[in-house]
Amino acid sequence: MRSKSYSGAQASWGLKIAAFLTLLFLHVPIWIIFLYSFTPDETTYTFPLPGFTTRWFGVALGRSDLWSALTLSLRVAAVATLAALVLGTLAAAAVYRSNFFGKESVSFLLVLPIALPGIVTGIALRTAIGGLEIPFSFWTIVIGHATFCVVVVYNNVLARFRRTSGSLVEASMDLGANAFQTFRYVIFPNIATALLAGGMLAFALSFDEVIVTTFTSGQQTTLPIWIFSQLTRPRDRPVTNVAALIVILITFVPIFLAQRLTAESSETGESKSG
Amino acid sequence: MGCGVFRAGETRPEHPAFPLPFGKQVTITSEFIVEPKNNHSISAVKFLDVNRYFGEVRAVDGVNLEVRDGEFFSMLGPSGSGKTTCLRMIAGFDRPTAGQIFLYEQDVSRLPPYERSVNTVFQDYALFPHMTVGENIAYGLMIKKVPRLEQSRRVEEMLELMQLSGMTGRKPAQLSGGQRQRVALARALINHPKVLLLDEPLGALDLKLRQQMQSELKAIQKKVGITFIYVTHDQEEALTMSDRIAVFNHGRIEQVGSPAEIYEHPRTPFVAGFVGVSNLVSGEVATRITGRPEPFSIRPEKIHLASQEENPGEDQYIVDGVVRDVVYLGLYTRYMVELEGGGDLVVVEQNLRTTSMDVLQSRGQPVRLSWHRDHIRRLGA
Repeated sequence: MRSKSYSGAQASWGLKIAAFLTLLFLHVPIWIIFLYSFTPDETTYTFPLPGFTTRWFGVALGRSDLWSALTLSLRVAAVATLAALVLGTLAAAAVYRSNFFGKESVSFLLVLPIALPGIVTGIALRTAIGGLEIPFSFWTIVIGHATFCVVVVYNNVLARFRRTSGSLVEASMDLGANAFQTFRYVIFPNIATALLAGGMLAFALSFDEVIVTTFTSGQQTTLPIWIFSQLTRPRDRPVTNVAALIVILITFVPIFLAQRLTAESSETGESKSG
Repeated sequence: MGCGVFRAGETRPEHPAFPLPFGKQVTITSEFIVEPKNNHSISAVKFLDVNRYFGEVRAVDGVNLEVRDGEFFSMLGPSGSGKTTCLRMIAGFDRPTAGQIFLYEQDVSRLPPYERSVNTVFQDYALFPHMTVGENIAYGLMIKKVPRLEQSRRVEEMLELMQLSGMTGRKPAQLSGGQRQRVALARALINHPKVLLLDEPLGALDLKLRQQMQSELKAIQKKVGITFIYVTHDQEEALTMSDRIAVFNHGRIEQVGSPAEIYEHPRTPFVAGFVGVSNLVSGEVATRITGRPEPFSIRPEKIHLASQEENPGEDQYIVDGVVRDVVYLGLYTRYMVELEGGGDLVVVEQNLRTTSMDVLQSRGQPVRLSWHRDHIRRLGA
């Protein structure tokens, strides 16, 4: 590629085409789902569409199994994210602020669950749940999800702590603030965007998790598992597409907002150096 | 460290002497009294046998110290000498392993930072990046739940004192180094602390700005009349601003005294070498010059350089040598003189009449060095 200056120069045609193809590659499958949510032909994917209908939305609205799966997924994701925010922040603070024996190992063990294949985490949790004779419930799913949600919050918050000057906390205490006030007025505003980004990611991870969930959910059906089970029922395919569309909407809005929020704060927040 | 008392020649009886807890008599001179309301007999901060160990490392090793009310006090020393640890123990960020720290007669050794009425100006300023200049300065008042109206009145007052008017709405990132420095100072001073701690606050500024801030700091201190404790490794900075200086080395205090005392009467080889430039003479060379083996120090500017024909007076120490090296520095010239029979001395002479041509020709010339007997400082072991 020819080297051009970063600012203002036109990208070459090759680069433009490459970018365009990448976007197509990423988004065509999503458009297909969008498109075939409106097809009157319920079993096959024909193009162009044989007609246009919105009746699948009505059908989907009437499916109580879809709605209970969706609400279960939302509840699990919300609680798992909340737990991750609290535990992840505390863990990051502990690793950043203090020096204790085995600190490096603790840091490693915290990050491990996300690197471990889900199937291993799943079978381990299943064994633990079975061994301790805990009945499968909403909480067993939440615990399963929290194992990897904690990591993303932990990583985000720890990275932010490392970028923030350590003397800010001392400055706040020096000016008369106790630990609680220091957290409220100094630490929290400084890590808020990191919490938001970490929380979003944790929510998204939990919301579409299949593998660990199959081991910890028992007879309960979360949305991803519901969609997965729909594969064996070709006549319901447009309903599945509608469900997928709902998922896209649910995830799109917060991620869009989070991007705008973090972009704004990174413009004004880069004052740590100097 | 040497713990003897000052010799008679060093104390000036016309000034009141203050007994220090570790048996030193240190005099003060009249220029210390900045405001009549300051009472120098009150101790603002007192260290009583303070130790701070980090594992095996003795960061602070048996420090006794008394800082008087209303003075500009500097803790001077190289990095790792324990001066910053002492400052952090006054602020409450660190606690002594043993010993006690008093703040106006109150034992604060175990109090958290937010229960001490001291404030700190940090080396990196530690301004809150998410707050405006106004919010930063008002932080202490906001925590104390001072009414909003009074908060903004006092912030305005501070902005004016620091020449920051009109900056209220800016974020710290939008300020220059010198402005940030002033915001940090305002944020600390607005709380009317009993003692203000400054941790090398000028380190990040360039030379011009640093010199300007030095005189500004001194002026502000005189205006507000608050005790300032200033940590620095820059001896010139300490000499310029301080009423008194404590020289730290290896976690101990080597000497406490006014800038003039520290500079003119260094009591240990370390102080003589660290504060300003000094020739340290010991052993055989010392015996040859003074007739006694005691080590002594002599400042380069006190030595007179002359030809070997010249005969200085009876009250002078005399030694002959050869100029080995000459460095012409514009305002003055630095000569390195090799003494007859070994050893060398650095001599500094102002270029009052000489030009660069003259001084450079003196290389290799035999010279006679002389200085007044009173100008050497005998150093205790």
